[in-house]
Amino acid sequence: MDNKSIPEAKFQNFFKSKRFRSAAGKWLWYIVLSITALIVVMPFIWMITTSLKGPDEVFAYPPQWLPQAWRFQNYVDAFQAAPFARYFYNSAVVAICVTIGQLISCSLAAFAFARMEFKGKGFLFSLFLSTTMISTQVTLVPSYLIIQKLHWIDTYQGLIVPFIANAFGIFMLRQAFMTIPDELEEASKLDGCSRLRFLWQICLPLIKPTLAAQALFAFMGNWNAYLWPLIITNRQEMRTLQIGLRYFVSQEGGTQWGVYMAAAIIVILPVVLIYFTVQKSFVEGIATTGMKG
Amino acid sequence: MSDNAAVAKNNIKPSVQKKQRQRKEALAAYAFLAPSILIFAVFTFFPAIFSIIASFFRWNLPFDPVFTGLNNYGYLFADNIGKVEFGKSVLNTLYFMLGIPINICISLWIAVMLNRRLPGVGFFRTAFFLPTLTSMAAISVVWMWLYHPADYGLFNTLLIRFGLPIQAWLRDPLLAMPCLIVMGVWRGMGYNIVIFLAGLQSIPHDLYEAAEIDGANWLGQFRQITLPLLSPTTFYILIIGVINSLKAFTEIDVMTQGGPLGATTTLAYYLYQYAFQYFQIGLASAVAVVLFVFILVLTMIQFKVVEKRVHYG
Repeated sequence: MDNKSIPEAKFQNFFKSKRFRSAAGKWLWYIVLSITALIVVMPFIWMITTSLKGPDEVFAYPPQWLPQAWRFQNYVDAFQAAPFARYFYNSAVVAICVTIGQLISCSLAAFAFARMEFKGKGFLFSLFLSTTMISTQVTLVPSYLIIQKLHWIDTYQGLIVPFIANAFGIFMLRQAFMTIPDELEEASKLDGCSRLRFLWQICLPLIKPTLAAQALFAFMGNWNAYLWPLIITNRQEMRTLQIGLRYFVSQEGGTQWGVYMAAAIIVILPVVLIYFTVQKSFVEGIATTGMKG
Repeated sequence: MSDNAAVAKNNIKPSVQKKQRQRKEALAAYAFLAPSILIFAVFTFFPAIFSIIASFFRWNLPFDPVFTGLNNYGYLFADNIGKVEFGKSVLNTLYFMLGIPINICISLWIAVMLNRRLPGVGFFRTAFFLPTLTSMAAISVVWMWLYHPADYGLFNTLLIRFGLPIQAWLRDPLLAMPCLIVMGVWRGMGYNIVIFLAGLQSIPHDLYEAAEIDGANWLGQFRQITLPLLSPTTFYILIIGVINSLKAFTEIDVMTQGGPLGATTTLAYYLYQYAFQYFQIGLASAVAVVLFVFILVLTMIQFKVVEKRVHYG
């Protein structure tokens, strides 16, 4: 790209020509991006190849990028060494229930804020938004004590209920509800359609993309949740995948790296697969809402 | 006279009906809001107030709380032999935040590169976004393997190849925090890139064309157009970064447990230790309150600073 270092005017003209510059720029762009992308993806490649290595190969120096014999046994070992199937089930139950619960509670609240008049609307809305300023850490200890009082330690309720309400979700869905024209509501009222039916049968189908984005954020956020499941579960059979993995690695004393990498892949894979199926709406969702999963 | 009365009657009736309808609508609205209000009240607002009150008590489980005024706050700023000091955890948190500017620079650079319409750009976007998707716990295990202190750890292998001495990485008090920062930048990048790309795409293209006619080179365009017009986006990313750093917990718990020698005990981890390892609820609550105030003050400072410099184009 830097043309000034070439002294001869002839060359300079050539290198300054638009054709060369755009072609060279393109190639340089590809090379730089490829190298950067390779560096970024490198930990994943290392994770995958290690997950297929036997114990001898894992500890071999110098390490080889590719395993000599592909050892899928590591994945079987991971499932047998710790109850990863159970962890997987727990994570799925929690993430799916929170997602459904959030969609219901957020739709209802967002609809009220967007399309209904009531006293204290402005105040309640800012109160809801203020919850985003109160971080989990601040409420952690009292929330734990409440869960303890409710005897919800080591239960699905304990893992699910506190996350059913979500201010970001309410905000997002409210924006979507506000775009629905008033005429539609008037018409449905004339047809004798109740408010709840209007919400369920007319509004929700209209804001499907927003709902889908919200569902994705909720699912991913709760699939990857760590701190709350860590403190709220004691018994092994109630642990989620994230917590199960942490205890698996720390209790084994850090030796079976091939098996750990296989376990890590089991934890990562569902979200990555979901991402690849709905990639477009997902990235658009982040870009338009600025929300983090 | 009778005409007037009839008119008045007709006027009253609809207004009563209207009032009734309004009341009905309000009741329905409250019913719609009830689930969210209930959960926010029980798991957000009550705990927040509870934390503030508990911070004035000495409350070491399983014993009953004793009111001690501001003692907990005093204790935080005094030396505590044998445990990580509060001041150190604050410094560690600030150290950890060093990752934010690094992350912003790298993400912006990559986002500018990705903001072109060339074949293959979608592939690169996916590659850079991949780390953000992955669970922090799982990826922390992967990076523990990369940072393995033996010679077969990947980073140590690289060091050996360049003829450098191998390092203990996460087990070295001086290196543990930089290790966490590097991983944090790697993982946080994808999210920032997506936000930056959205910001870049909102910059009108004719601005660059005009600059090109004026003879501005690539760097000039970047400094005169891209950076100023992107500053709201950058500001947003900065705030999110600070708040995420204050909350950082998972990678610390999986990789270092606050060690070695307390080198990676950030505020959030300090709070966790006092609450769930030492069971000093009062003290942990005081830390929670301090953390809350930090988040509030930092947000306000950033608003003040950025108000002057941000271009809201």
